[in-house]
Amino acid sequence: MTAYTATVTVRLKRGVLDPEAETTKQALERLGFDLSALRSADRFEIDLDAADADEAEERAESMAERLLANPTIHDYEVSAVEAEEPA
Amino acid sequence: MTVAVVQFGGSNCDRDAVRALQYLDIDAERVWHKDGLPADTTGVVIPGGFSYGDYLRAGAMAARSPIMQDVRDAAADGTPVLGVCNGAQIGCESGLTEGAFTTNKSARFQCEHVHLRVERADTPWTEQFEEGDVIEIPIAHGEGRFEITEERYDELVANDRVLFRYCDADGNVTDEANPNGSTHNVAGILGERDSVAVLMPHPERATLPDVGGTDGETILHGFRA
Repeated sequence: MTAYTATVTVRLKRGVLDPEAETTKQALERLGFDLSALRSADRFEIDLDAADADEAEERAESMAERLLANPTIHDYEVSAVEAEEPA
Repeated sequence: MTVAVVQFGGSNCDRDAVRALQYLDIDAERVWHKDGLPADTTGVVIPGGFSYGDYLRAGAMAARSPIMQDVRDAAADGTPVLGVCNGAQIGCESGLTEGAFTTNKSARFQCEHVHLRVERADTPWTEQFEEGDVIEIPIAHGEGRFEITEERYDELVANDRVLFRYCDADGNVTDEANPNGSTHNVAGILGERDSVAVLMPHPERATLPDVGGTDGETILHGFRA
């Protein structure tokens, strides 16, 4: 078994209204920034032991499906890399 | 013969629901979620509030607590189940009903009286109404915008699962009368059975005459078996 860090990124599906992102965009514009769009996403970093990266990803994907994302409104992406050695 | 009002950490409309039901002479008691549903449960209210501090998404944590399996089993057996506000969010998150309730279009918490058009008058919750009747009930939520894919929405409509829509005082379903940007003004829907319903407005806050408005009373009558 190897220590992995799986990353799950959950974002609203394209076309689903994101009022918080819209409010954030307006606040940036009030600060004088020029931008055409802003999207927000939630990122979860999960440390786990697995035989290989595929298994780590599979388990993280299952977590996304069961809890981290709501399939009605969200898409998600999963990746896994070997965990960095503690300093 | 007891309606179980399921209390999670962060529920805050549980007492109101018990009081409103008792006012209607319907036996009701609060049930702590870790204790499971009592054997004599004849109905279930999932009350409003902020269970688990709305962590992750409103209702996401409570929906995955063990008592919700009891609630799904009871619902499948025909026990009436009503999810109100946070209870509606929990209902959708737990698969009792389709769709999801998410951030209001205004991105603000909204606490106001709204009008609802009764879309189905042949359910336990609405049998004292006529289809198209307009009722007035308060909302109090920041995440009440009903979202669902267009395909699933078409199925909801085809299967007659829409129970209430936001409307104006005359019953017109308009964008102006939609307080939170809900898809097609949907305010409340039915589960697989008509005895399972979730809605964002608070019928228990429109039941005691002293508090103003009693249109919610009729919905709670759904627990009279």
